[in-house]
Amino acid sequence: MSYIEIRNIFKIFGPTPDTGLSLARGGVNKDEILARTGNTVGLHDVSLSIEQGETFVVMGLSGSGKSTLIRHLNRLIDPTAGQVTFGGEDILAMDIPTLNAFRRKRLGMVFQRFGLLPHRNVIDNVAYGLEIQGVDRSTRQEAAAKWISRVGLAGYESKFPDQLSGGMQQRVGLARALATDPEVLLMDEAFSALDPLIRSDMQDELMKLQEELHKTIVFITHDLDEALKIGDRIAILKDGKLVQVGRPEEIILHPADAYVEAFTRDVNRGRVIRARSIMRPIEDGLPAHDPNYIVDENERLEDIIAKSLSTESPIGVKDTTNGIVGLIERHRIVEIITPTSP
Amino acid sequence: MILVGLYARWFNEQIGQSAIMFPEQLNVPLGKWVNQFVDWLVINYGAGFEAFADSLLTVLVALEQVLRGAPWWVVLIVIAAITWHASKNWKLATGLVIAMFAIGVLGLWDKAMQTLALMIVATSLAVIIGVPVGIAMAISNRLRAVMLPILDTMQTMPSFVYLIPALMLFGLGKVPAILATVIYAAPPLIRLTDLGIRLVDQEVLEASRSFGASRKQILFGVQLPLALPNIMAGINQTTMMSISMVVIASMIGARGLGEQVLMGIQRLDVGAGMEAGIAIVLLAVVFDRIGQAYGKRSQRSHAEDKS
Repeated sequence: MSYIEIRNIFKIFGPTPDTGLSLARGGVNKDEILARTGNTVGLHDVSLSIEQGETFVVMGLSGSGKSTLIRHLNRLIDPTAGQVTFGGEDILAMDIPTLNAFRRKRLGMVFQRFGLLPHRNVIDNVAYGLEIQGVDRSTRQEAAAKWISRVGLAGYESKFPDQLSGGMQQRVGLARALATDPEVLLMDEAFSALDPLIRSDMQDELMKLQEELHKTIVFITHDLDEALKIGDRIAILKDGKLVQVGRPEEIILHPADAYVEAFTRDVNRGRVIRARSIMRPIEDGLPAHDPNYIVDENERLEDIIAKSLSTESPIGVKDTTNGIVGLIERHRIVEIITPTSP
Repeated sequence: MILVGLYARWFNEQIGQSAIMFPEQLNVPLGKWVNQFVDWLVINYGAGFEAFADSLLTVLVALEQVLRGAPWWVVLIVIAAITWHASKNWKLATGLVIAMFAIGVLGLWDKAMQTLALMIVATSLAVIIGVPVGIAMAISNRLRAVMLPILDTMQTMPSFVYLIPALMLFGLGKVPAILATVIYAAPPLIRLTDLGIRLVDQEVLEASRSFGASRKQILFGVQLPLALPNIMAGINQTTMMSISMVVIASMIGARGLGEQVLMGIQRLDVGAGMEAGIAIVLLAVVFDRIGQAYGKRSQRSHAEDKS
């Protein structure tokens, strides 16, 4: 069993959720349920398994239910039906004190509009989670100072949120979520409110932190490029239903339906797809391949184009043991980067 | 016109006066019931009311003694210090000291101190009652649904009406005056406390919950500090309303500036009434400015350390 298991979650908002639930289970669609009963289907039979240590991205447009979904993981929202377990623990069975203890120790959350406490300065904001846990002042200030410098805000400890730029505020938000050393980091459109350049910086920063920390990250976004960049796996939601779950390359190379395909059309494929996914596998390895034309199986397409262009013959792909496991012809790269379908 | 007149006359003659007047059988003797209820309260719980009145009176009298006993210039210095603490603005502090000085020049210093004591006790009581009720309303939608019409009634009811039951329960004097003032002055504070808490940014609340904060931690660590500017505005309103009520309350025996106004009316002494009126306005200005300065301070409290 996976670390986080979400099983058959339904969330119906409205006056009579139970009626809505039975209609939704009976296969009546979202619009009709709204018209007939005034209930809005937020999530429709969503099941996900999230592994420990992975960065799991939930992607969808506004109204797709992604923010509702992430709030089920720490029970800011209770489902109408379904199950959520962390390492086998059923969080829906927890009473309020147990739930609060669980939130304090094991979860950290980062919000789209930062959710910082405007009446506290940076260090007291970062120390907030520890304060809630009842950690004494000097210990929590020390821990907070460490995380503040870790996210590159050393020197800003006594500033207030409204004195900082958006990017800096979100660094505070990130430091605050990490300060309690949670197992799971929930990020709700954490970078969506930031300028493109700063957003890209923050993505890099998060990936760098994750290389050292190995948290389980659940990241919500409406931006497919962001999802493809930081996600180990991606789930795509549409109208409260799960459309596809897979690694970034799977999503691009094998979109589950026309909706996903339309989404992925404008993506820079060269940056997402890696050599391994498009090579023609060979069984026994080549006896002698020109070492100048060998690439690593994890190299991105955009990084191997130059090598491919400089030779007429296919380039070799090596695995971690340095054995050649596949070949990539030049026309294959062209085919992948410019898909024939309109 | 003539036709209508003729018709009315015919109608009167045929049907008679009884059809025009509202039938007396349908009258509900609400006034009598209220009287009976108040009598019942006095008979059964009179001792309790008296004990409550005594303790309130003790506080009031002590405060009044302090204010009236203190040399006038000490009071001026205290006013200046409070204004400076609230606003860090020496011009405002000077202005308010001049306003208080003017009350003394009008020969109404002693009466103003009586009014001030009454007002401070009434406002404190309104805060002690109003803030918790406002918090409870913000937490419970059901309580809010019950309280809103009650608050509407409290605010639209002519303030004189409050004097009557207060008078019956506590007799003439300062205590009923304070209670009538509290009933009249607490609603804006209750409303603004409720509003302030409800206006707290949902995402900040969610963040607080997501870190596992208990309801108490959320209330005292997030909701109340962020609602403070609204609560301060409410306290300011309450202060202003208690000043205006204190005047009316002089009709049931509260001493002070209101008494002077009342005397002016009774003796047709326009000048005396005017003097007292000006003194009340000056007192109101002083407290409004101090209250507003504290309100602004709570609004920018987090930015105060900005360098």
